[in-house]
Amino acid sequence: MALIDLTAHELKDLLQKNKISSEELTREYLNRISILDEKIRAFVTVTGELALQQAGKIDQRRAAGEALGALAGIPMALKDNMCTRGVKTTCSSQILNNFIPPYDAAVTERLLTAGAVLVGKCNMDEFAMGSSTENSGFFKTKNPYDEKAVPGGSSGGSAAAVAASEAVYTLGSDTGGSIRQPAAFCGVVGLKPTYGVVSRYGLIAYASSLDQIGPLTKDITDCALVLNEIAGPDPRDSTSAPVEKPDYTSFLSNGIKGLRIGLPKEYMGEGIAPGVASCLKQAAAKLEELGAVCEETSLPHTEYAMPAYYIIATAEASSNLARYDGVRYGLRIQGGDIIDMFKKTRGAGFGTEVKRRIMLGTYALSTGYYEAYYLKALKVRTLVKDDFDRAFTKYDCLLTPTAPTTAFRFGEKSQDPLAMYLQDVCTIPINLAGVPALSLPFGLLQGLPVGIQLIGKAFGEGTLLRVGYALEQNSALTRPRPDRLGAM
Amino acid sequence: MSVEYEVVIGLEVHTELKTKTKIFCSCPTEFGSEENTHVCPVCLGLPGVLPVLNKRVLEFAVRTGLALDCQIAGFSKFDRKNYFYPDLPKAYQISQYDLPICYHGCLEIEIGGAAKKIGITRIHMEEDAGKLVHDGATINTSAYSLGDYNRAGVPLLEIVSEPDLRSPEEARIYLEKLKAILEYIDVSDVKMEEGSLRCDANISLRPQGAKTLGTKAEIKNMNSFKALQKALEYEIERQRKILEKGGRIIQETRTWDDAQGVTASMRSKEEAHDYRYFPDPDLVPLVVDPQWVKEIKDSLPELPDTKRKRLTSEMALPDYDARIITGSKALADFFDRVVAGYNEPKTVSNWMMGELLRLLNAKGIEIDKCKVTPENFAALLQIQADGTISGTMAKTVFEEMFSTGQDPALIIREKGLVQISDEGILAGVIDKVIAANPQSVADYKAGKEKTLGSLVGQVMKETKGQANPRIVNKLLKEKLPLFPA
Ligand SMILES: [Zn+2]
Repeated sequence: MALIDLTAHELKDLLQKNKISSEELTREYLNRISILDEKIRAFVTVTGELALQQAGKIDQRRAAGEALGALAGIPMALKDNMCTRGVKTTCSSQILNNFIPPYDAAVTERLLTAGAVLVGKCNMDEFAMGSSTENSGFFKTKNPYDEKAVPGGSSGGSAAAVAASEAVYTLGSDTGGSIRQPAAFCGVVGLKPTYGVVSRYGLIAYASSLDQIGPLTKDITDCALVLNEIAGPDPRDSTSAPVEKPDYTSFLSNGIKGLRIGLPKEYMGEGIAPGVASCLKQAAAKLEELGAVCEETSLPHTEYAMPAYYIIATAEASSNLARYDGVRYGLRIQGGDIIDMFKKTRGAGFGTEVKRRIMLGTYALSTGYYEAYYLKALKVRTLVKDDFDRAFTKYDCLLTPTAPTTAFRFGEKSQDPLAMYLQDVCTIPINLAGVPALSLPFGLLQGLPVGIQLIGKAFGEGTLLRVGYALEQNSALTRPRPDRLGAM
Repeated sequence: MSVEYEVVIGLEVHTELKTKTKIFCSCPTEFGSEENTHVCPVCLGLPGVLPVLNKRVLEFAVRTGLALDCQIAGFSKFDRKNYFYPDLPKAYQISQYDLPICYHGCLEIEIGGAAKKIGITRIHMEEDAGKLVHDGATINTSAYSLGDYNRAGVPLLEIVSEPDLRSPEEARIYLEKLKAILEYIDVSDVKMEEGSLRCDANISLRPQGAKTLGTKAEIKNMNSFKALQKALEYEIERQRKILEKGGRIIQETRTWDDAQGVTASMRSKEEAHDYRYFPDPDLVPLVVDPQWVKEIKDSLPELPDTKRKRLTSEMALPDYDARIITGSKALADFFDRVVAGYNEPKTVSNWMMGELLRLLNAKGIEIDKCKVTPENFAALLQIQADGTISGTMAKTVFEEMFSTGQDPALIIREKGLVQISDEGILAGVIDKVIAANPQSVADYKAGKEKTLGSLVGQVMKETKGQANPRIVNKLLKEKLPLFPA
């Protein structure tokens, strides 16, 4: 197998046994990016020089006999909404096109401290608003399985980079499905942890009460390894959960005999492509074969989750994005007076979808509408959460499709916001409830990957990794590889 | 016939808390530093950073609430107040909207000799904004404006009164009392000139006896106690004239122009911002432990009213003296420390009310800048009581202490100001004076008792003021018996 096909845990072994050096591995990846990324366009910024410096340092430390973390010396990339000190962080928006943060996000800091090598920053839907990465303020990212198909979004660049082996793993952020849906579309593993497990410090906010950072990886073991590095309490984030993290790799080999798994029927209804539904059935059958008990269940408030999400998320976004006013940093377009400057700057700096969501959110919070929209949405959010709480009294985890379809074509939904919003119908309720969910590849339909979603109770990441690992070990459907890349 | 109007006033007071660091980051709160030196990504609102509440701010808020007889909310939260302005880094202010930390309090003021309770509606925590310096007169007439974000994120308390105030004088007394309390509990510097105490007023008029409130105007930019009273007096006249002509008051925000002595319209109700308050998702709700509140309550220092009562009942000071001494914490603390060194409260009070305040007022100095230490003050009073120096000398010494800050014993030694009480020495001087003033002696003997004073004066003059007047009096009377013994 070529170096670039290996997972982080396989590379870890080679690095520890001095079979390869980090510099060698990093050069391999940078080379891959320079050849492939003209087509895929997963990266907004490639940090080649910095990556080689970091790799060199890790090699020196390893040579000096220092004990290094599992991810030391392994090339990775971050979604471009995670702050990196001295490296441009844009949110794929014109309004932040010149923004170089003077600080690292908590996840950046933790990964770099663990010896990770940063090869670049990944493209995304502007301010994480979208499900196809077509809303990037810069360019479109292509699905490594089919250049005419979207990679999903908003972490489309992060998912495509892993699928195309332009990074061993990446981090994405997930507000309503933004890690899991692109992971499904690009055939990689994506985890949205429990709200509060990973610090949001330095993650440029879209919707603060929903945003959560998580890994996109080639397999489940890598997912556990990355989570080990980035999870855990952070005093700089008041919403960070004061819960000590377990060793997530310890869950991997437990088997799933006797595990109770629910299949909520609301996630199997209208709009779910028949091919996706049949992959899900195959997955359930495999789980039963491995000793789990699968049965149909119900989360009755599912249909109200999406409207509630689009009120809560846009309300928070309207406030979170107000700071981009051209006064202190970022784009500034001069105007006749201060209000004119605000209008011109924001008019030129934000794309259509971002403006649409700011307007929606502003409206939902306005006097006279607040009770009817925002407060109502908060009540729905409680009902959705109650659904999950009830389900988890009976089940260890839930199984659903990650997205209703496989990757769609560019332009197919970009003129119809509602059709695009429906992409997240299976992922949004999870963010509202704050529970963890994992997307795992399970089969291909006409050459495009299908993702299945495992949903756990709060802080139940271990169970998701355990089930995912059991499937991965027992079904080749979980490990698709984009075979067309050579032709691209 | 003319209608009698009742004035209805409520005050919104903002006070900067004197915590060491800002409310949501660890930048210092210090006033008067170089521009943009007390800033970090959090208080500059850079992308991705998050606020973390400074627990001291919560403690100060609870302390203030308890001092103002408030209920402390067991569950409270922070909200975002959204509006665009370049001094507001995030384009929202983190504040508290519907669940403030303190509510339902009251403050007792005294007006015309009678006590009156003024309701406190609520007290909430929020962050201050930065400061803009415009090239021209206003932001919209300037080629550029400069921003200083040192103040952005400094903790504020907003203390909102009920509309219980009925005159500009009541409003001023309320604000003075509030200032004294904030000073006593040591949560704020309460300096109106530096902006650590700011006051807005809601004011309306209604016909005497009416139950419903009239339309109010909100008055801003009153930067001193005097300005508060003058602005409200102006506003009452303005509203009265409109009402008397049968006009309607417009609900609006008006700004006080101190130089012109007028209020002017800033914005109408229609132009008012829709702040779109909603709970800040970056901060968790506050759950306050009642045990912690009790600890804060138990550690509250003595408040002005309690202290005043103690001064009148235990120390037998006149109410007038007690009121002035307790009117500011610095003065009250000074009093306590002098009494600790010289336990004659009435004498201490007399000296403070007389000499100390006279000199402070004359020189325009605040008590905290006074060079006389309470210990030296006490020492001086003790020296006087011992009879080492006379009252007149003591006043001279005190003036010297006030301007130099020197030890009284040192001043007395250097100026040779020791009182002569030796009867032998004084008898010699008295004999000389009697011999030199036969006419006065004759007058005195003839029954003009007042003449004795001029003889005492002569003795004092001969001794350069150092003679002990009590002994001089006694010796003169012995030497010049009115009736043969
Ligand atoms: Zn700061």
